[in-house]
Amino acid sequence: MEKSPLIKVKGFFSSIFAGLDRQLGFILLGLAAVGFFTFLSASQNTPVQIADELRNLALSFLVMWIVSRIPPKWLEMGAVWIYGFGVALLIAVAAFGLIKKGARRWLNIGVVIQPSEIMKIAMPLMLAWYFQKREGIQKSWDYGVAAVILAIPVFLIARQPDLGTALLVFAAGLYVIILAGLPWKWILPFIGLGVIGILLIIIFGGTICAHDVVWPFVHDYQKHRICTLLDPTSDPLGKGFHTIQSMIAIGSGGFFGKGWFQGTQAHLEFIPEKHTDFVFAVFSEEFGLLGNLILIALFFALIKRGLAISASGPNLFTRLLGASVTLIFFTYAFVNIGMVSGLLPVVGVPLPFISYGGTALVTLGFGAGILMSIHRHRRLVQS
Amino acid sequence: MVSFKKPNLDSFQERIHIATLFVTFCFLLLITRLVWLQLVSHGKYALLAESNRIALVPAPANRGLIIDRNGIVIGRNYSALTLDVNAEEVKGNVDQLINDLSEIVAISPRDRRNFKRSLEDSRNMGTFPLRSMLNETETARFMANRYRFPGVEIRARSFREYPYNELASHLIGYIGRVSQRDKERMQTEIEGAKADDPDALQASFLPGIQYVGKIGLEQSYETVLRGVPGYDQVEITAGGKPVRTLSSSPSVPGKNVVLSVDIKLQYLVEQLYGNFRGAFVAIEPETGDVLAFVSKPNFNPNDFVEGIDSVTWKELNDSPQKPLYNRPLKGIYPPGSTYKPFMALAALENKKRTPSQTISDPGYFDFGNHTFRDDKKGGHGIVDMQKSIVESCDTYYYMLARDMGVNMIADFMRPLGFGQITGIDLQGEARGVLPSTEWKKNTFKKPEQQKWYEGETISLGIGQGYNAFTILQLAHAMANVANNGIVMKPHLVKAIEDPFTRNRVLTTPKESYRIDLNAENIEVIKKAMVEVNNSGTSAAAFKGTGYQVGGKTGTAQVFSLNSKDYKHGSTAEFLRDHALYIAFAPADKPTIVIAMVVENAGFGAQYAAPIARQALDYYIEGKWPKEVPEWKRAP
Repeated sequence: MEKSPLIKVKGFFSSIFAGLDRQLGFILLGLAAVGFFTFLSASQNTPVQIADELRNLALSFLVMWIVSRIPPKWLEMGAVWIYGFGVALLIAVAAFGLIKKGARRWLNIGVVIQPSEIMKIAMPLMLAWYFQKREGIQKSWDYGVAAVILAIPVFLIARQPDLGTALLVFAAGLYVIILAGLPWKWILPFIGLGVIGILLIIIFGGTICAHDVVWPFVHDYQKHRICTLLDPTSDPLGKGFHTIQSMIAIGSGGFFGKGWFQGTQAHLEFIPEKHTDFVFAVFSEEFGLLGNLILIALFFALIKRGLAISASGPNLFTRLLGASVTLIFFTYAFVNIGMVSGLLPVVGVPLPFISYGGTALVTLGFGAGILMSIHRHRRLVQS
Repeated sequence: MVSFKKPNLDSFQERIHIATLFVTFCFLLLITRLVWLQLVSHGKYALLAESNRIALVPAPANRGLIIDRNGIVIGRNYSALTLDVNAEEVKGNVDQLINDLSEIVAISPRDRRNFKRSLEDSRNMGTFPLRSMLNETETARFMANRYRFPGVEIRARSFREYPYNELASHLIGYIGRVSQRDKERMQTEIEGAKADDPDALQASFLPGIQYVGKIGLEQSYETVLRGVPGYDQVEITAGGKPVRTLSSSPSVPGKNVVLSVDIKLQYLVEQLYGNFRGAFVAIEPETGDVLAFVSKPNFNPNDFVEGIDSVTWKELNDSPQKPLYNRPLKGIYPPGSTYKPFMALAALENKKRTPSQTISDPGYFDFGNHTFRDDKKGGHGIVDMQKSIVESCDTYYYMLARDMGVNMIADFMRPLGFGQITGIDLQGEARGVLPSTEWKKNTFKKPEQQKWYEGETISLGIGQGYNAFTILQLAHAMANVANNGIVMKPHLVKAIEDPFTRNRVLTTPKESYRIDLNAENIEVIKKAMVEVNNSGTSAAAFKGTGYQVGGKTGTAQVFSLNSKDYKHGSTAEFLRDHALYIAFAPADKPTIVIAMVVENAGFGAQYAAPIARQALDYYIEGKWPKEVPEWKRAP
């Protein structure tokens, strides 16, 4: 019996979306919608085209769809190769990369690519692969090996210099290592040190930021950045300007926001990078605390769902990979909102699915695709 | 298989839970931060966002004109093309821009300095003149190259101009760029305005004012002349580029001030002084209108408007002639014999003399072991009051001073205005010294200096000793006597004029107070003074007048005006006596009184009285002296 065309179309779509996680899909669509509407406002008076943003979003979802079709087993097999390829590219960058604005981050291979971006996926892949290999026969020194695997690309990226990406790649690897079972007795001292360090900086911020105090192991500009974070008004027209202006944008938004397209801070160019890294300030000014709560709820839902999918992964590799990718989403969101709202130092981290930018969207799509793929190949739900 | 994986999975799930807790904690942190920013501090940031986006762009008000009593404009504005630079556009590379521009239009180092100073002074946005008074060629050249200079434009600006240059410079004063001190003063003005003025925003806009009256009437009538600047409320980008005008408030032009000064009389007197230094004040006694207010030498106030160059400044400031010194207002001189009519009046009022009472003058007066000499060797013989004035007999007044005593003199002279602030509408008036026992006690520190010695009273009688008055005070006192004891506050501005309707509001023709003087006594003095010009010391100067003039010459020993500074000048000249003269005319109903000094000129009769004569001839009869160039209206 001939099927009606409608049923054919329906069948086509159901086969396309077969096995995709609906919850995750809707969350991502929600974020993309927020991103798109914010972009419309933020990109006003800038040369960035709406078509570009739509294409990037489409590309991101396409990558997600393709990756979701790839069985995790293939990723597992390709992990070492991808990691090796990524490190090779990073070495190539160090050797003959392009220099822009004093940083050597790009490689011209016909198109200009940024290899450090690959490491955001390659790093958890590689470490998850390693711990999968060592499953059951894990020894203490495995963490040492993992540390080396982690350190090489992080070091290469950090000296480009690209602290933001290095931080994210480091975090991606660290999540795998911690989730793989790094003993608490090794983790807790670091957490303790971190907390003490932050407290010391907050308490003694004034003193250590005095002009003539030289910090060991830290560049002047890094010291400046941290000090500006502690007190943005110390440099209101320089480094602190961006933070102050985005805080003004957020704060002036109030509870309900100024309304779509009504943000004065955004539209009068007070917000730097307003459609990329600082897009949250635009959103926050126009949609207020209410919008922010919805946005954070969306991110929280994304992470909850990602972690749930990871937990249901068929083997250790998929579980570690999925959880790491999910936590990277979280890291992006937390660091970005934190820096735009003046809670964290300014590092170049985009807001997932909201910030404009092709590369980041593709990487994020890839990550989401991994989660989808894991979901497709999940362990049979216990009945 | 399952049993093998189980413990591992459990540990993984445990860590996932911890990760979830960590994520929740971090998100709560963000939410706290956002609540802090968007709820708790919302008001503060909303305000910041507003002040971010709104800038007030000043629209300067046209400054009021300065007009003499006959409608001649002596302080005005003209419009000229100016190269204006937007401060925001040039941040960082000012010098480069100026270098590039100087290839097209001439830019002097002074222009450069002034411009950079205004840039530094202004925190807010705005445009600043780099070069003013562009000529046609320069304008055309700039327009052709305009595309190269974003943020630079040609604009018509209003400039202050004093069309008669040096004329009346001390009384007009000048405007100049706002200094830090002016700003502070304006700040207090603003705060005062905010308290009770609904238009506080306008007042708060005073800092947009770039020029302010520095001295003279430009200073004392600053708030009248200035008007109220308008402003445009403009939405701006972070870069300071205007996006749209939200609202605008037009400026209110300053009001014109109408002087009581007759600028032609002023011109004549300034010409008559020639190269002599001195001060000349003419007052209409009935009203207190100051008709002329001369300080010689002068300076050109136009030099100061756009910032004076250092060479001219040094020249003016270092000159031993002290051209910047406002002599009638600040210079204090012993009145010399011009004091005698006042002394005589004091004697009549205090019943220490009658008009007919005589003394015998041997040519000197002994007091204690000191001999006070008369001008005339051998003396004036038998002297009554009129003769004492007509011939200027010193001995008569030595005795009179002794008989009255210092305090009686002071008590009489004080209400006449000697040693008192007259309250004229200029700032920085000198008080001078009207000696009394109390004055001496308050002035000196050591007890032996504080004591008043009888001998010190004697020379007060002839206007010497501690007596030190301004020419303004002398004129004021003369006016008060001429006006029969009715004291009118002297003033340079008689009306404020609306620039549109030309409606005038009179400012000050108010009686200050009345001195209870006996009309007969005044008559005696006036008559004696008339006789001075008929047969007395200044008869030669007043020969053949068609009207009656009362007058009195004076010659004062050099005493004040920082005499020590004069020593490195031509000492001989600077040590010569000052020639003084006071007069009122017409004698029966005075419309003008004069007090004047010609510094280091010698005898009053010889140098001062002729000037007074010509001034009076002009003022009363309209006669213009041949040797003085005819008055021409400024183009």
